[in-house]
Amino acid sequence: MKEYLLGNAAIARGILEAGAGVVTSYPGTPASEIVESLAPVSKEYDLHIEWSVNEKVALEVAIGASWTGVRSAAVMKHVGLNVAADPFMTLAYTGVKGGLVVISSDDPFCHSSQNEQDSRRYAQFACIPCLDPADPQEAKDMTVYAFELSEELELPVLLRPTTRVSHARADVNVGKGKIKKSPTSHAFVKNPARWVALPAHARQRHSVLLDKQNAIKTVLKNAPWNRHLLVLKGDTGVIASGISGLYAEEAIEQLESDVSTLRIGTFPPPDDLCAEFIKHVSKVLIIEELEPVLEEYVERAARVHNPELEILGKNTGHIPRDGELDSRIARNAIADMLGLTVTMEEPQSLTEADEILPPRPPALCPGCSHRAAYYAMKQVFGTDAIFPSDIGCYTLAVDMGTIDTCLCMGASINLASGIRFGGEDRDICCSIGDSTFLHNGMPGLLNAVYNNAKITVTILDNSTTAMTGHQPHPGTGITATGDKTKSVSIEAIAKALGADFVETVDPYDLNATLETFRKAKECQEGLSVVIAKQACITNARRAGVRRKPFRVNDNCIGCGECVDFGCPAIEFHEDRARINALCTGCGVCAQICPSEAIEEVVNVK
Amino acid sequence: MRTSECCDIVVAGVGGQGVILLSKIIGKAAVKEGSPVRAAETHGMAQRGGSVITHIRLGCKFGPLVPVRGADILLGLEPAEALRYAHYVSKGGIALVNTNPVLPSTVTTGRAKYPPLDEILAPLRRICRDVKALDATKLAANAGNPQAMNVVMLGALSKYMPLREEIVIESLRESVPAKFLAVNMRAFEVGKGEVEL
Ligand code: SF4
Ligand code: SF4
Repeated sequence: MKEYLLGNAAIARGILEAGAGVVTSYPGTPASEIVESLAPVSKEYDLHIEWSVNEKVALEVAIGASWTGVRSAAVMKHVGLNVAADPFMTLAYTGVKGGLVVISSDDPFCHSSQNEQDSRRYAQFACIPCLDPADPQEAKDMTVYAFELSEELELPVLLRPTTRVSHARADVNVGKGKIKKSPTSHAFVKNPARWVALPAHARQRHSVLLDKQNAIKTVLKNAPWNRHLLVLKGDTGVIASGISGLYAEEAIEQLESDVSTLRIGTFPPPDDLCAEFIKHVSKVLIIEELEPVLEEYVERAARVHNPELEILGKNTGHIPRDGELDSRIARNAIADMLGLTVTMEEPQSLTEADEILPPRPPALCPGCSHRAAYYAMKQVFGTDAIFPSDIGCYTLAVDMGTIDTCLCMGASINLASGIRFGGEDRDICCSIGDSTFLHNGMPGLLNAVYNNAKITVTILDNSTTAMTGHQPHPGTGITATGDKTKSVSIEAIAKALGADFVETVDPYDLNATLETFRKAKECQEGLSVVIAKQACITNARRAGVRRKPFRVNDNCIGCGECVDFGCPAIEFHEDRARINALCTGCGVCAQICPSEAIEEVVNVK
Repeated sequence: MRTSECCDIVVAGVGGQGVILLSKIIGKAAVKEGSPVRAAETHGMAQRGGSVITHIRLGCKFGPLVPVRGADILLGLEPAEALRYAHYVSKGGIALVNTNPVLPSTVTTGRAKYPPLDEILAPLRRICRDVKALDATKLAANAGNPQAMNVVMLGALSKYMPLREEIVIESLRESVPAKFLAVNMRAFEVGKGEVEL
C-alpha cells in the first residue's frame, strides 16, 4: 500500500518496522518530525520515545538501551551531532549490541541552520558506515536496513537524510515491512573489556574497529542502495550520492545523452562496483551536495583502476561545495562535461521582482513575549550595551538591536563571559531561551558564576521549544508522548547554579520588566539572572487561550512608537497607527503608547 | 522541458496561508490516482510569517525540486509571493494568482512599499503563457470563510491539473475538519467557476 508521507514520517515508519525499542532526540529542523510521528503510536508498539535534554544525552540514552540488546535510534539535526560527538566517537570503539542508528539530518543551504556541515564526514571520522537516502522511500527502507547492518557489524550506523529528503513528501510503499513490536525483556550483560573504555581496553577496541573496516566493505558490497547503469556508447559517466543521483538522472533524461551513471547510497562506497565503473569511462563527473566525500574516494580509486581518468566535480568548479543542488545544476555540469552547448532557459530578466518586491522576512508572531522582553531590555541597557544571544525564535528579533551574536546552542552566556574577560567594560546582557538554557546553557551559567563574570543573563522562558514546532522540555512537565511528568523550575536551577540575583518577571507587564532589568543592571552581586516568563502565544492559542484584542482610538498622534515596536498586527496607515486582525491581545503596545491611544476592545463580536 | 506525463506545480504564499495543507491535498489525490508524486515543503524558520514555497511534481520519479523555469503551473496565494517565485514558471506555463495582498511587516511599518497589482502582474504576463488573476480571499469570504482562500485556489487549479476532479474532492474531504467541509466545498466550486476554460 502507498501512503503520501513526509520523509521524516517515512523514517519513523522505518523505525517501527525495525522493531526499535528506544528512540531519543532533541528537536531540530529538519529532523523534528521523526519523533513527532512516533508519538501517537509509541505505546502501542512498546516504544520508549523521549525528547532528551540535548543530543549528547539523547545519544547516550540510546547507547545504554542498545547495550541491553534493544534496537535504538538517536535523532538530531546535523549540528546536534557536534553536541553528541563525544559519545559518538568512542561508541565506534565499544560498538553496539542492539542495532543503533544515529540519524543526523543535514541542511544544505542552511534553510534553518547556522551552518551546512556534512554529516558523512562524521561517519568517516568515526570509521562507521553511513547511508545517504535519495528520497522518502529510500529513507524508510534504509532505516530498516540500518538497524540490521548495525547489528551485523556491532557498530552504530549513521543515516544522513537532508532537508530535501526529510521535508520532501512522496508516495511511499509501506506495505512490505510489517510493523514489529519491540521485544520486551532485555538485560545489560557486564563486559568491562567492551563497555569500559579504559586506555587498555580502548587501544584494543580501536584495533577491532580498524579490523572491521573490511567487514564493512564486504557487507556493503551488495547493498541495494548502490547501482549503476552502464551505457555502451560514449565513455563519460556520472557518479552521484543520495539525492544528487535523482538530480543527475533527471538531467540526463532531459539531455537525452549517453552517459553511464552510478548512484551511491552507502559510505564507504562499494569498491568493486566503483572499480568497474571507473574502468568503463574516461571522464567522470561527481555530483554530491556539500563536501567532496565521494569525489575524494573516486580520486583514490582512480589511481589504482584508471590513472588516466578525468575527474570533474568540486575540484574543477563543476559542482559547488556550498548550498544545495538541483537538476538544473546537474544538467549544466553534465552538459559542460559532454561539451554540449545547451541553451539553458535562463530566468528572463525579472529585475522588477527584485526592484519592487518588499522583503518578507520571518518575524516574531503578534504578541510574542520575546518582543516585549527585548523591548524592555533595550530600553534599560541602551544601544551601547553588548547583547550576545542564542538559538530559537528570539533570534528572529535580530532587527531589534538586542542580538549581537548567535553561534550555537547555549553559547550566549559563555560568549558574554568571554567578552567581559576580554576587556569589554560596557554592560553585557545576554539572552537564551528556556529550551536552549536546559540544552546547554546551564554549564555556561555555572561557569559564569564560578569565574565571576559580571553579566546579566536573560532567560526568555516561553515554556516550549517554539522554533522547531513547540516540543515540550523538562520545564513544561510534559513528555514527548504528552504524559505528565515532573516540571523543573528554571528559577531554582539558576539559583542552584550559584546565581544570587534571580528574578522572574512577566514581559507583558512592561513596567515591571523595565524595573527588573534596571535592578539586574545595577546588581551589586556581579552576575544577575532575569527570567522573562510568559507562554509562547502561538502555543497558548493552540491550547485555547484567548485575550481580547486591542485597537487604536482617536488619541493617536501618529508618533509611530508602537509601530517601531514591530508587532505585525500594528500598521502605519495615513499617518496613524492601526491594529489589524492579527492582534492576540498581549497589551504591550498599549503600555508603549505615550498618548493612551491603544485600548482593549471590550465587546468582541 | 519535461516528459509529457509530468506536471510540475509551484505553490507560493505566506506562512499561515495554508500552503502545506493545499499541497498535501494535491499529493494525496495523486496517490489515490496511483501516480507517483514528489513534493518539497518549507518547514521551520520561514513559517513565521515569511514567504513560503512548496514544489509539487505530479507523475515524477526524480527529486522533489521543480527546476527554475520548469513549472507548468505557478499557484500564487499572494500576489507579491507569486512574483517572488515567478522564475519557476515555464514559458508555456500558466500562473494562477490570488490578487489579495498580505502586507509584510516591512510594509506595515513603513520601511518598504507594496507595489500596485498591475506592476506585479505585468512581468508575470510577460514570462509565461497566461495569467489568471482572481481575488480568492474575497471569493472565499463570500463562500463563508476567507480562510478557505487556499481551497478557492485549489478549485481553480483543478481545471489545469492532470488529476480527476472527484479524486481531488475526495482528498479535500479527507483533509479538512468535517465542520468546515461545506464551506470548503463551496470555495472549491467558486474557484473552479472563476477559471471555466
Ligand atoms: S512561535 Fe511562539 S516564540 Fe515563536 S515567534 Fe511565535 S509566539 Fe514567539
Ligand atoms: S496588543 Fe498590540 S502588541 Fe500585542 S498583539 Fe495586539 S497589536 Fe500586537
